[in-house]
Amino acid sequence: MFSGLPILSLVTFLPLVGAFFIFLIRGEPEVVARNARNVALLTSVVTFLLSLELWFGFDRGSADFQFVEKADWIPQFGIAYHMGVDGISVLFVLLSTLLTPICILSSWEAITVRVKEYMIAFLALETLMVGMFCALDFVVFYMFFEGVLIPMFLIIGIWGGPRRVYASFKFFLYTLLGSVLMLLAILAIYFELHTTDIPTALVHQFAPSLQTWLWLAFFASFAVKVPMWPVHTWLPDAHVEAPTAGSVILAGVLLKMGAYGFIRFSVPMLPDGSAFFTPLIYTLSFIAVIYASLVALAQEDMKKLIAYSSVAHMGFVTVGIFTLTQQGIEGALFQMLSHGIVSSALFLCVGVVYDRMHSREIARYGGLVHRMPRYAAAFMLFMLASVGLPGTSGFIGEFLVMVGAFQASSWVAFLIATGMILGAAYMLWLYRRIIFGKLEKPDLQSILDLSWREVAVFAPLAVLVLWMGIYPVSFLEFMSPTVEKLLAQHQAALSSPPAPGMADMIQSSWKTLTMALD
Amino acid sequence: MMNQSLLLALPEIVIAASGLLLLMFGVFRRGVSTRAVSWLVVAVLIVATILVLTAPGQTGHAFGGLFVTDRYAVFVKVLVLLSAAVAMIMSLGYIEREQMAQFEFPVLLLFSTLGMMLMISANDLISLYVGLELQSLALYVIAAFRRDTIRSTEAGLKYFVLSALSSAMLLYGSSLIYGFAGTTKFDGLATLLAGLGGAQPSLGLIVGLVFLIAGLAFKVSAFPFHMWTPDVYEGAPTPVTAFFSMAPKVAAIGLFGRVLIGPFGSAIGDWQQIIWFISFASMAFGAVAAINQRNIKRLMAYSSIANVGYALVGLAAGTPEGLSGMLIYMAIYVVMNAGAFAVILAMRQQGRMVEGLSDLAGLGKTQPLVAASFAIYMFSLAGIPPLAGFFGKFFVFRAAINAGLYWLAVLGVLASVVGAFYYIRIVKIMYFDEPREGFDKPVEWELAGVLTVSALALLLFFLLPLPLLAGADTAAAALFHG
Repeated sequence: MFSGLPILSLVTFLPLVGAFFIFLIRGEPEVVARNARNVALLTSVVTFLLSLELWFGFDRGSADFQFVEKADWIPQFGIAYHMGVDGISVLFVLLSTLLTPICILSSWEAITVRVKEYMIAFLALETLMVGMFCALDFVVFYMFFEGVLIPMFLIIGIWGGPRRVYASFKFFLYTLLGSVLMLLAILAIYFELHTTDIPTALVHQFAPSLQTWLWLAFFASFAVKVPMWPVHTWLPDAHVEAPTAGSVILAGVLLKMGAYGFIRFSVPMLPDGSAFFTPLIYTLSFIAVIYASLVALAQEDMKKLIAYSSVAHMGFVTVGIFTLTQQGIEGALFQMLSHGIVSSALFLCVGVVYDRMHSREIARYGGLVHRMPRYAAAFMLFMLASVGLPGTSGFIGEFLVMVGAFQASSWVAFLIATGMILGAAYMLWLYRRIIFGKLEKPDLQSILDLSWREVAVFAPLAVLVLWMGIYPVSFLEFMSPTVEKLLAQHQAALSSPPAPGMADMIQSSWKTLTMALD
Repeated sequence: MMNQSLLLALPEIVIAASGLLLLMFGVFRRGVSTRAVSWLVVAVLIVATILVLTAPGQTGHAFGGLFVTDRYAVFVKVLVLLSAAVAMIMSLGYIEREQMAQFEFPVLLLFSTLGMMLMISANDLISLYVGLELQSLALYVIAAFRRDTIRSTEAGLKYFVLSALSSAMLLYGSSLIYGFAGTTKFDGLATLLAGLGGAQPSLGLIVGLVFLIAGLAFKVSAFPFHMWTPDVYEGAPTPVTAFFSMAPKVAAIGLFGRVLIGPFGSAIGDWQQIIWFISFASMAFGAVAAINQRNIKRLMAYSSIANVGYALVGLAAGTPEGLSGMLIYMAIYVVMNAGAFAVILAMRQQGRMVEGLSDLAGLGKTQPLVAASFAIYMFSLAGIPPLAGFFGKFFVFRAAINAGLYWLAVLGVLASVVGAFYYIRIVKIMYFDEPREGFDKPVEWELAGVLTVSALALLLFFLLPLPLLAGADTAAAALFHG
C-alpha cells in the first residue's frame, strides 16, 4: 500500500509534525483548546492508519528486521539512524499508535486547562514511544528511551492529582537513574564493537565476564521500567497522580519498555549473563507477583489497586521471558500486549467514574450496575480479561507463561499460579464493591452511563481483548519465527560451562532452596 | 620572522589595538558613548573571530616560541570570542538600566578577552601567566563594577583576593618547574619529560605540577578550589556573572587541556589521578550543594562547578578523544549558559531585578515561550536526550570508558542523576507551581534573540552534530601531534 515510503520514520515523526502545528495555534483560549484537540486526534488517527501498513505488510514468516531504514548520522563513531521492526517489536508499535488516539479521545473533556500543551506533550510522547520500538541503533534507542521522561514528567506534574509533584519527581529520578547505567553499558558495547548497531551487537559473542557487567547495567534500567520489586515504588505514585490518559499510556506502553529491553537485549545478546541471573529474576518476580497481589487486596483506591495489579502482571512477564522457552517468551510478549490493552481499559474505566464523581475511593461506589449497565458490561469484560478468563486475551498470555514455567521448573509454575488466584480475588472483589449491590449512596443516584464518545473509546479495546482471546494465532504468528530464532541464537551462544565462583554459589543455594521446598 | 609572528597573532593585535582606540573614543565622547562602544566591541569580537578562522599563517610558533597558534587554539578562541560577544550583547540593556553604563565596561570586557586569547595560545609558562593576569585584572574590575552596591564590591574584592592567591600558587608552581626542569618553554618541558622514557620525573617537578594544577583548578572553579564561585556569581552584576560563566571558563579549561596534554603529556601517570579526583569531586559537590539553593545565580554557580567536573572527565581520560569530548562539552555548555543567563537577565518585575528561584513560579503560564526555552536549557543541563547536553555527557563518558576510567564514569552518571533533581526542580517551579506576578514584558530583543537561538540550537543539535564533533576532533588531534 505504501511501499517505497520510509514507513517507520513516517509513523515515528508524524505526531511531532502535528505537535508543531498545535504549537502554532493562536487565538482565544476556547478556540485554541478546540483546535488543539482536533489536530491532535487527527494526527494520531492518521498515524494509526499509516501504522496499519505494518500489520498488513509485515512478512510473518520471517524473523528478520523489516521496513529497515538506514542513514549515516555520526559515522566516525559508528552511529547511524537505523530503524526496523521484527516480530518482537512490530506489535508494540501498533499498540502505541492505537492507544494514543484513545488517550486523546479520553481526555477530550477531562483536560480543560492548558489543552494545547497537553496535546503537544502527548504527540511528542507518541513519537518517542514508537521511535524506541523501531530503533536499531543503541544511541537512537537510548535517545527515545530516555526522552520519554520529559513529556511524561510534564504530564504527571502539570495535569496530575494533589501529590503530582512528588510523583513526577520520583518517576523522573528513578527511571533516570536506571537509564544512565544503561548508557554506560551502551558505551562499553561500543568499545567492544566500534559500532552501536543493534543487529551487529545481537550476534556478537561477548566475553562471559563482560556479559555479567553489561547484564547488570541493562538490568538496572529495565528493572525500574518494568517495574520489578523492589524498585516498583514509583509506579503506584505515578499511576495515582497521573491524569487518566497518563496512567493509560504508562500502563499500556511505558511499562512494556523494560520487558521489551529484556527480550530485545538481555536474552539474545547476553546469554551467559541471562542464564546466570535467571534465579535473581525469578525471585524478584515471585515476590512481585505475590507481594503486589496481596497489597492490591488491601487497596482502598481503585487506581492504586490496578497499579499494583500491573506490578503483579509484569512479574508474570519477567518470569515468562526468563524461562527461555518458546512458549514462555511468546507468552510474555502476548501478556505484554494483553496487559497493554486490558490495564489501559481498566484505567479508562476508573477515569469514567472519576470524571463524574471526582473520587477514586472504592467505598464511595456500589451498585453502579443499576444506573450504568453499559459501563458495568465493559468493566466486566476487562476485569475478566485481567483475571485471565479463557476466551479473553489475558488467558492466552498467562497460559503460555505457565506452559513455559512448567518446563523450567514445577515450583516456578506453582508460585506464579498462586499469584493468579490472588489476582482473581482482588479483581472480583473490586468489581463486586463497585458495580454490584444496592445503589445506596445518594450522590450516585443521578450518575450517567457511558456517553457515545466513551463507548467509542472502549469499543476498539473490547474487540481486541476478544479477538486476542479467541483467535490468538493472528498475533502469535508475528512473534513465533522471531522468538524461535532468538532462542536458537541464545542456545548456540551459551558458553557451555557455567561461570565459576559466585555463579555456582548462587545456583547451588538456589537448588538447595528449591529442594527444601520440594 | 617578526612579520610571521605578527601575522600569527593578528587577531590578538587587532583586539589590543581596537581596545586602545575604543578607550580613546570613550574618553573623548564621554557620557553618551556606552551603547556605541558596546556594539563596536561586539564588532571587534566578530572581526577577530573571522580573523582566527581565516588567518593566513594559521599554525605555527610566534615570538620566539612564547606564542603558538594551532587548530586547538582556533577552536577554543572561536568559542571564547563568540561567548564574549554574546555576553556583551546580553549586558546592553542591563548596564543602561542599572546605572552601569560607563564605556569602560565593554572595553574591560574586551581586554579580558584579549587575556584569554593569550592564555589559549600560551606556549610558555611566562606567557601563560601574563595572559592569565591580563584576563584576571580586567575581571576583578568588572566584578566590582557596580561600585555603589555592597554585594558587587564584595564580590570584586573576594574574587581579587582569592584569585591573587591562586595566581601566586600558579606562579610558585611555575618557578618550581623552572627550577627542576631548567626551562619554562612547553616544548622544552615536553621533550624533557618524554626523554625520561617512562622513568619518574624529579619530585620537585611533580610538586610544581601540583601547584600549577591547583592554580588552574581555581580558575575553572573546580572542587576543592571552588569556594569563591557562589559568592562571586551572586554578588557580581548579572551580565558579568553571565560572562564569568562562559568565556573565562572556556579559556581556563582550554588552558588546562593545553598545559596537561602539551608539556606534561608524558607525565599523565602523575596528574591523571589528581584530575580524576577533582573531576569526580566537582561533579558530586556541584550536584549536592545546589539542591538547597534558593537564589538562581548561586544555583548557576554550583551548576558551573558540576559542569566543569564533567568537562574534566574528558581531560582525565588524557586521550585525543577525551580532549575532544571536553571541547564538545564546553561548546554545548556555553550555549546552555548563554540561554539560562538570558532568562535570568529577563527576570524583572516592575523594573526591578529578581533572583529568587520562587520568582519563576508559574512562568509556564505567564510567559510560555521564555519558560519553554528555560525548560530546554534545564533538561539539556540535566543531560536528557535528545537535547544537546546529552551529547556533551555522552562524549566525555565515552572517552572515560575507553581510557579505562570506569569508576569515574559510573560516579559521574550517578552525580548527573542527583544534578537532574535541581534542574528539573526549576521546570517544576515554572510549570507546576501557581503563577505569581509575571516578569516585565516584552523581553528585550537582544535577550529574546539569545534565548531563541540557544533553545533552537540545543533542541536541534542532534540533526546536525557533525561540524562541531569534527571541529573538536581536529582541535584535539592538533595538541597530540603538534
